[in-house]
Amino acid sequence: MIEAVGLTKRYGDKTAVYNLSFQVRPGAVTGFLGPNGSGKSTTMRMVLGLDNPTSGTVTIGGYPYRKLPNAPRQVGALLDAKAVHGGRSARAHLLSLAQLSGIPARRVDEVLGVVGLQEVARKRSKGFSLGMGQRLGIAAALLGDPQVLLFDEPVNGLDPEGILWVRNLMKALAAEGRTVFVSSHLMSEMALTADHLIVIGRGQLLADMSVKDFISANSADFARVRTPDSEPQLREKLSAALTEAGGHVLPEQDGALRVTGLPLPRISDLAHEADVRLWELSPHQASLEEAYMRMTQGVVDYRSTIDQKAGLQQQLPPGAQPPMPVPGQGQPGWYAPPPPQQGGQPFGMPAGPSGPYGGAPAGPYGAPGAVGHPNPYAAPAAPPVQAAPPAPVPQPQAAQEQPPAAPASAPADKTQPEDAR
Amino acid sequence: MSTHQPPMPQAAAAAPDRQAAPGGSYPGYSSPIPVVRTHLGHALASEWTKIKSVRSTMWTLGVFVLLVIGIGLLTGFAVESSAGDADLAGENPLSFGFFGVLLGSICVITLGVLTTASEYGTGMIRTTMTACPSRGRVLAAKAIVFFVVAFAVTLAAVSFVAMVHSSMLSGTAAEKPSGGTWFKATVGVSLYIALLGLLSLVIGSIIRHSAGAITIMIGVVLAPLVIALFMAASSLHKVQQWLLEYSIPSQLSVFYDNSLTQSGPSGWDPLWIMLGVTAAAYAGAYALLQSRDV
Repeated sequence: MIEAVGLTKRYGDKTAVYNLSFQVRPGAVTGFLGPNGSGKSTTMRMVLGLDNPTSGTVTIGGYPYRKLPNAPRQVGALLDAKAVHGGRSARAHLLSLAQLSGIPARRVDEVLGVVGLQEVARKRSKGFSLGMGQRLGIAAALLGDPQVLLFDEPVNGLDPEGILWVRNLMKALAAEGRTVFVSSHLMSEMALTADHLIVIGRGQLLADMSVKDFISANSADFARVRTPDSEPQLREKLSAALTEAGGHVLPEQDGALRVTGLPLPRISDLAHEADVRLWELSPHQASLEEAYMRMTQGVVDYRSTIDQKAGLQQQLPPGAQPPMPVPGQGQPGWYAPPPPQQGGQPFGMPAGPSGPYGGAPAGPYGAPGAVGHPNPYAAPAAPPVQAAPPAPVPQPQAAQEQPPAAPASAPADKTQPEDAR
Repeated sequence: MSTHQPPMPQAAAAAPDRQAAPGGSYPGYSSPIPVVRTHLGHALASEWTKIKSVRSTMWTLGVFVLLVIGIGLLTGFAVESSAGDADLAGENPLSFGFFGVLLGSICVITLGVLTTASEYGTGMIRTTMTACPSRGRVLAAKAIVFFVVAFAVTLAAVSFVAMVHSSMLSGTAAEKPSGGTWFKATVGVSLYIALLGLLSLVIGSIIRHSAGAITIMIGVVLAPLVIALFMAASSLHKVQQWLLEYSIPSQLSVFYDNSLTQSGPSGWDPLWIMLGVTAAAYAGAYALLQSRDV
């Protein structure tokens, strides 16, 4: 059991972690997610007593790490696979740790077997690949057969077989009743491994909930609608009609439309009424990855921009098509179709413009419709939207889970920036 | 505060999940491996494994032995063949080991710094401090293991050179060394060099950067003499004198009774000076280790 209360860490004027409170329970794999630089590793170091929090506390089994009796037998950690003296053999490295923790030396050979490094046990770790380094780090974490395990990015550099192995290892460790706390930025990996998620961005808690709740709270299922390419006016006509009916429409790179807030049959009806032919009308289920992207995109510190190559670009020969940009590249809002609450909000809240999303223009096609004045057509559209189980909106400041039954108290998510759409 | 309420339903909801997992009741997992209460002895064993399992130890100590013995023998041959009886009259035959030890001290400094700073350079220190949250114990174990290794190796090399010199020059006018002279030129020098290495280890722990700490320590050894050479002005004479007397090479030469100056530290003074400096630096390193982030 790991418990953090109001954990804050400042380096000079940079706040790495701010007022973070969470619990990691035994018997489950808890994923710790966040973009690069969001404070995951800092938090892990504070859990292990390596960094002193500026304020707040974090305890393991009720003790701060540095006061924990028999700490290496209670907690094992993989912080950084490269945190090994490269000139020392794998076996000598583990042996020195075992001796330090009062663990019998034969345990070293056991864990070397568990991670599959027996063959290279006497080789210097300098020559290890990243994946072998990870295995050595995992071996060090398992050395004390501890009750609490922390892994910082354990699958970095592992091959598919290794990733599968780590995934099963985590689950097996948790099934034995241990507390397993795994940080990652690989959402897809966490979707398969974790039971519970703690998501942070810029050092603050964004979500603390089960994987299932996380997906339903943060992923909007949307419909992809495609009109005939040859007739762009149909597309505009349809978006106007859909927006009129209370849907949110986002244009996609290739000419399709992402529609949220309207059920598929209703979209079809509207298209029919507007006399627009459809080439595609498909349901799209957002993955955990998209849910995560949406949640964290406002707090990403390092974001790529389009490579302009200004002044370096040659004139395209006449008639040549410029290359199509890859969808999502340099487009901040790409992964973020409005989540269900946002799509639903204009109906649920008569005072639409006061919401953080009400006032912003909804893209080139969305501006005139639903915003501002209550729409007479909105009412019939609302029930299907709200038929979906209302999900809690994560509240960053409350730092606690909301029981799924209380979404009404959730104000609009303030961590979502304006560019979230 | 309303923050206390939300966890309750959540905890209740999580409970069935935990029970669904085999063996997943709240107290969690308990290991079949017996739990041993760790103490300094465990840390010493660990540090011994660490210091003997890296090549830099072999390299630095090997070069150290080579320098001490090689330069010692060369000096011995040179003195034996060229110096006349008049030159050697009243000289301490053991004192010709000085040059090898002075050069070799750089190797001991390097090993001392590497013992602590390389853990910071590689990130290994995080693993170590996770395995042993009692940071003072780790520093103490490093200091003890390093000191013993450095002392033993220095003693062996220096004694060998002293014996060779003593037998080489026994037929000349050089004075026959007394027991006290022998003791100072072997054990005294070894203690001093091991303490100098320990000071480097402590500086390595404070600076946490190998190259930086090695540079500082070499500067500490050489700079006072070099600076003193350029202090020609008479107003600086006292400072110059002090630098000459208390620079580390001068202190080292006190053990061989051939000090660069006639005043200044004598007898076992250099050892007490070095002990005081090292103890102060150790206290500083300990305090920093406790308060700083690893």
